[in-house]
Amino acid sequence: MKLTLKIWRQKDANDKGQMVDYKINDVSPDMSFLEMLDVLNEQIINEGGEPVAFDHDCREGICGMCSLFINGEAHGPDRGITTCQLHMRKFKDGDTIYIEPFRAKAFPVIKDLVVDRSAFDRIQHQGGFISVNTSGNTQDANSLPISKHAADEAMDAATCIGCGACVATCKNSSAMLFVGAKVSQYALLPQGQVEAADRVRNMVAQMDAEGFGNCTNTGACEVECPKGISLDNIARMNREFFKANI
Amino acid sequence: MSGVLSSSIGRKVAMAASAFFLMFFLLQHFAINLTSIFSADAFNELSHFMGTNPAVQFALQPILIFGVVFHFVMGFVLEIRNKAARNVKYVKNNGAANASWASRNMIYSGLAILAFIVLHFIDFWFPEINHKYIAMLPEDPNRYYGELVHKFHSPVRTGAYVAAFAFLALHLLHGFKSAFQSSGMSAKRAAKLETISKIYAIGIPVGFIIIALFHHFNQ
Repeated sequence: MKLTLKIWRQKDANDKGQMVDYKINDVSPDMSFLEMLDVLNEQIINEGGEPVAFDHDCREGICGMCSLFINGEAHGPDRGITTCQLHMRKFKDGDTIYIEPFRAKAFPVIKDLVVDRSAFDRIQHQGGFISVNTSGNTQDANSLPISKHAADEAMDAATCIGCGACVATCKNSSAMLFVGAKVSQYALLPQGQVEAADRVRNMVAQMDAEGFGNCTNTGACEVECPKGISLDNIARMNREFFKANI
Repeated sequence: MSGVLSSSIGRKVAMAASAFFLMFFLLQHFAINLTSIFSADAFNELSHFMGTNPAVQFALQPILIFGVVFHFVMGFVLEIRNKAARNVKYVKNNGAANASWASRNMIYSGLAILAFIVLHFIDFWFPEINHKYIAMLPEDPNRYYGELVHKFHSPVRTGAYVAAFAFLALHLLHGFKSAFQSSGMSAKRAAKLETISKIYAIGIPVGFIIIALFHHFNQ
């Protein structure tokens, strides 16, 4: 496959940045998108240029590091996957592909396609955990009965890998799907309910302080989420927020 | 109030609460207008009641005006804040791939409705206020039907009303469901509202269009 790539290049956080065109030949349809970028970078290095910086780690769709806004969609045109699981067979010979970083004021560009998603970490620090002393005297897990439904929903919420596709795709750059998932995974379980009120208050306050936008229920986040996190989690966060503030 | 509205979720719920109020108002407005097709006397009687009842005039009307103004102001505030949350735009953004046009363009359908409300106030509300409270003209319980029919004589005005109701349908297609979701209703339950949502969002504006066209062509 021969492709034209239009890639966002930005030297550092202070640089204005611009789209730069690259031609790449001999792309195998079996390559992953990140492997195609690896080949491009080899080509750029051989030509004496600066390789394109992009985030990646596990390349198994687990870690959430690979981002990229491809042809106008977070993680590209496929559904339920991260960019590392996107394969070049999804594109056609001669295609022009736009590759941009995830865009949000709360996700500033560090270099090229790499963005700083530490805003998510700071939200997590405000309560995305359970303060339980687990050293010694650990109870039998079955001593606290939990309904199958609640356990399943909590597990579904916990599959959020914090990749930021929800923010990148939302027209408002809202982080409510991410925060909703983190609030929900604990609010559904008895161990998490003890700190539920403080958790939702503090995490929502941090989310607002980071400069994310307001959710308007377009549902784009749910469609683009590689883990299929449901909008139900946003509704649950809203209910938890009510309860915590009444 | 300012405490609730200082959080993103508080603003979202306040927007939904004003939407519920406006949707209820729209339903009763439609029910009264619908009578104009079947009975001029019934329309006159209901309009006279709404126009002269002190509870409606001095309690409900100010609440309605507050609700309308609040919904628009909050809509603009949210739009400005949301635009600011993405300071660099995408070169290519395929928004249609994951969300409906109606959900992505509430501000534009809302602006069209705002323009319509200005026209509607000029047509009906300001003359009504002038009649009752400024010119202090004698009350005629049978004047309402004639005033309504007279307004729909103009094809331009009738066309503007029809276009505005089309934008209202687009606004409600997303807004109805969205208000329930913002209030904390689960997506599964909201999905069950899909049919009711479509009936309301399409039925009410189409009903208003039929009323406008009926009076335009029936004179």
